Amino acid sequence: MPFTDHYLELYGCRTHYRRGGKGEPLVFLHGAGGMPLVLPFMEQLAQRFDVIVPDHPGYGQSDEPEWLENIHDIAYFYLDFLAHLKLERVVLVGNSMGGWMAMEIAVRNTARIASLVLVSPAGIAAPGAEPADIFLLSPEDTVRQLFHDPRYAEERLAIPVTPEAIDLGLKNRHTTARLAWEPRLHDPMLPKWLHRIDVPVAIVWGKEDRLLPVGIAHELKRLLPRAELKIFERCGHLPQVEKADEFCDLVVRFACR
Amino acid sequence: MQIVLFHLMPYADLDLAEGRKNGTVWVTLPNRNFDPEKGHRLYNRYLDELEYGEQLGFDVLAVNEHHQTAYGLMPSPIVTASALARRTKKCKLAILGSALPLRAHPMMVAEEHAMIDVISGGRLISGFVRGIGAEYHTFGVNPTFSHDRFHEAHDLIVRAWTEPGPFSFHGHHYRVRYVNLWPRPYQKPHPPIWIPSQGSTETIDWASHPDRRYTYLQTFSPAKVVQRYLKQYRDTCTNYGYSCEDRQLGWAVPVYVGETDQSARAEAKQHFEAFRNVYVRMPLEMLLPPGYTSRESLKNVMKAKAQMFGDVTLEQALELGLFVCGSAETVVRAFEGYWRDLRFGNLLVLCQFGTLPADLTRANMERFARGVMPRLKALS
Repeated sequence: MPFTDHYLELYGCRTHYRRGGKGEPLVFLHGAGGMPLVLPFMEQLAQRFDVIVPDHPGYGQSDEPEWLENIHDIAYFYLDFLAHLKLERVVLVGNSMGGWMAMEIAVRNTARIASLVLVSPAGIAAPGAEPADIFLLSPEDTVRQLFHDPRYAEERLAIPVTPEAIDLGLKNRHTTARLAWEPRLHDPMLPKWLHRIDVPVAIVWGKEDRLLPVGIAHELKRLLPRAELKIFERCGHLPQVEKADEFCDLVVRFACR
Repeated sequence: MQIVLFHLMPYADLDLAEGRKNGTVWVTLPNRNFDPEKGHRLYNRYLDELEYGEQLGFDVLAVNEHHQTAYGLMPSPIVTASALARRTKKCKLAILGSALPLRAHPMMVAEEHAMIDVISGGRLISGFVRGIGAEYHTFGVNPTFSHDRFHEAHDLIVRAWTEPGPFSFHGHHYRVRYVNLWPRPYQKPHPPIWIPSQGSTETIDWASHPDRRYTYLQTFSPAKVVQRYLKQYRDTCTNYGYSCEDRQLGWAVPVYVGETDQSARAEAKQHFEAFRNVYVRMPLEMLLPPGYTSRESLKNVMKAKAQMFGDVTLEQALELGLFVCGSAETVVRAFEGYWRDLRFGNLLVLCQFGTLPADLTRANMERFARGVMPRLKALS
């Protein structure tokens, strides 16, 4: 199922997104590392959904707008992004930083959102579950911490590093710092308003997540008591990569019920 | 030339093996490695050394700000400068500098500097810095706003020092309904402002601007790098349409003067190498968090990583001009040579570095003051 590249100009930010597949719309919000490639899970989901994968403002091939100062700016941007593309009944899926964005969007307005899949999201803090310090990890160590099965890390580290990839990496890292340096990877005000999320929520986590420990999943479940919680065994921070089949099955079952 | 005695006040009693093992003495070195009783002796020793600098004839005594590190025990240079303000009579006192973006509110900096200026009868030199990258990790201040916060804090401080209050200030990062500084600074229009830097075009353009003409200090860099940036500062002044005065330029460098070249090297070697290879060391991610520098500068550092982050011996450091060490005659000749090329009006010498003990520090200061300083002061 081929994905095609699109650009949308919104608030002076030329925004890149990939789109592929047919069905109900599914928007996937990527994590701190960006989404430079079409990954197998995207192809799989595109067999059932109209999959839209934007590069967030400040990431990948999207512009770095002056107005981007915090996670709230991103939330309002995406509400307008959904409106601009006239998307209705969206399955909103977000991993890590993208999961945090999905929650910030949904506490503001769920009019265009049918359901939410939060995949090891950042955004909240949990007592006793300290995230890894992604800003002190070297790029190589970051990749190693992403996965439970080291083969995935080795595969990724074997890809030759081009100057373009270095530039993209620095750009993504800069925007992640802008949004998540302090408070680190969360918004202390978010739990106050999570009750406003009035659509079905699934929380997905890797049990061996070394970046955002699974303790945060249980805290999020406490804050969103009606949410469905699925913890994958032998899985790190990217269930959509490390457990792609099970992950896609879960999304389809959850979103199409 | 104006001669400045600069002190970092390192935790010289550090177990170097622990520092090595941790990979850095910044941010993450457990503070069980700090012994308050040893700290008590070190602080008083270092303050004595600075006060002795006045007796020896140094023009300026300088302190600086670093946080959560064995590299320097002055999280607040305000404290050390205050102590010196009461114990000295003639020397100027330089704070090099206060890390503006790290402070919760620039008004505190404006107030504290003004206090020291008034207490000392106008002997304060104010330095403003952004703090080094590691300190954005320790404080949690967002490094991608570092430049913005620095400039806005600077504007607020200078306005608070110079404009009649009360007035209101509406910035993006700082908002104050009543800016009305008590005390106002002693010096008119305000204490001189020095800008220590590791070298950046943006800083040079800003500091040399005709509205500011701030003294630019190149700190702990190879002589070639010092030369490049001081020349760039002069050229920038020329492009702005005025001629740079020597007083606008300074160089900060560790110095050791011995009886002979050979004894100087032998005495300084282990202490300088501890300074360079243990106290200064930190990983790239700690040194340069996102946004602290431009991404182009960051990439240049990544390319030079092996050279910058590897060990440097005393001999290599002398070759690079990272360190000036030898007999008084050798040190005079070295500085005269650099001065002829660079015409810097301020020389900041670090007479204590790394683990250099009290006896060697005093002997170094005395030989420098006796055999080197008079000849450098005569340069103009």
